[in-house]
Amino acid sequence: MSEKKQQVSRRQFLNYTLTGVGGFMAAGMLVPMLRMAVDPVLQESSAGDLVNVGLAVEDITTEPQRVDWKIDQVDAWYESKVGKSAWVYKNDNDEVVALSPICKHLGCVVSWEGSEDYPDQFYCPCHGGRYHKDGQNIPGTPPTAALDVYESKVENGMLYLGRAHPRGEA
Amino acid sequence: MLQKLYDWIDDRIDITPLWRDIADHEVPEHVNPAHHFSAFVYCFGGLTFFVTVIQILSGMFLTMYYVPDIENAWKSVYYLQTEVAHGQIVRGMHHWGASVVIVMIFLHTLRVFFQGAYKKPRELNWMVGVLLFFCMLGLGFTGYLLPWDNKAYFATQVGLEIAEQVPFIGEQIKILLAGDAHIVGAQTLTRFFAIHVFFLPAALFGLMAVHFLLIRKQGISGPL
Ligand code: HEM
Ligand code: FES
Repeated sequence: MSEKKQQVSRRQFLNYTLTGVGGFMAAGMLVPMLRMAVDPVLQESSAGDLVNVGLAVEDITTEPQRVDWKIDQVDAWYESKVGKSAWVYKNDNDEVVALSPICKHLGCVVSWEGSEDYPDQFYCPCHGGRYHKDGQNIPGTPPTAALDVYESKVENGMLYLGRAHPRGEA
Repeated sequence: MLQKLYDWIDDRIDITPLWRDIADHEVPEHVNPAHHFSAFVYCFGGLTFFVTVIQILSGMFLTMYYVPDIENAWKSVYYLQTEVAHGQIVRGMHHWGASVVIVMIFLHTLRVFFQGAYKKPRELNWMVGVLLFFCMLGLGFTGYLLPWDNKAYFATQVGLEIAEQVPFIGEQIKILLAGDAHIVGAQTLTRFFAIHVFFLPAALFGLMAVHFLLIRKQGISGPL
């Protein structure tokens, strides 16, 4: 190392200072804007309350039946009632299963035995997507995943449903 | 009169050289359809720009009536379309222009591709062009939601699902676009509106400026 101290010239010093101050000011402007834009991504995803869908558990059979109910949806400054539906049945272990009717191909609505040609299956009329009773998609038909499953609970003999989740997620 | 006005201004700020730089130069023979009719393929870039200008102007005027709120968006479009004099025409220009501009930018890209005009030294301008193309697709996607009818709603639903397929960050991208993790609604419409009329047009202007500067700098590619 040379004895000479590394000199910072007046010009360099001013350049660094100006860049620093300028960068600080730019960040001060941009950070609030960006934070505002990404706010929805950082929201804790709300659990979504389980609501009474108006179906007594004793009326649930091993044959899937369609249940329709309404939830109160809060969309920012806009509140509304939104219709939901599910296919509900009891499986072989006597557990209640509630499947989302939304096709995992492009989002049409599937029906149990929706086609006479495929008994004991869920059928999607849009592109002929099919699922087994447990919601597993049948290979060779358009859907690429099993039907979503609703969070559910039973209280006072009534069925309560929450949000539908893809399989593999809790 | 006009000449006097021009002279008065030129006298003060010397605009003649500026004008010469921007516009006063000959069109080479090989790109002039008056010489070779087949040279009409060189028009597609200019046509893209022309339709883009129509989109920007008609869009600015639509915004005088349009309201980006889920209760009123459809009604405001219905109103401007049925009640406002020539509203139907201005909306029609924007509606059809949105498709025509994509066709034009595509034809322009095909010409550049098949003539090999993207080769050295014009690679950078090809890249800028690709970004312009994405910008245009983005404008089409975000604009399509604005009338807030069934077609708009479900097209956006599908579009967001496509965005969600991106590996790893798909869900974040979807929420960033939709403004909500589960709902395509009030916040989706305001976001798409902001992106459609402010963010993407701003990006479009910047990219077009670079695109045209590079063309001025490098000239049009030679005859085949
Ligand atoms: C190349 C540029 C653009 C493209 C490709 C484009 C595309 C579109 C499309 C596809 C729609 C839906 C129209 C319909 O379904 O009838 C739309 C609507 C709209 N756009 Fe654009 N747009 C462009 C530029 C702009 C600009 C610069 C503005 C404003 C400054 C704007 C303002 C609007 C408004 C207010 C609507 C809603 C009214 C309506 O749906 O008719 N657009 N745009
Ligand atoms: S949407 Fe169900 S099969 Fe395509």
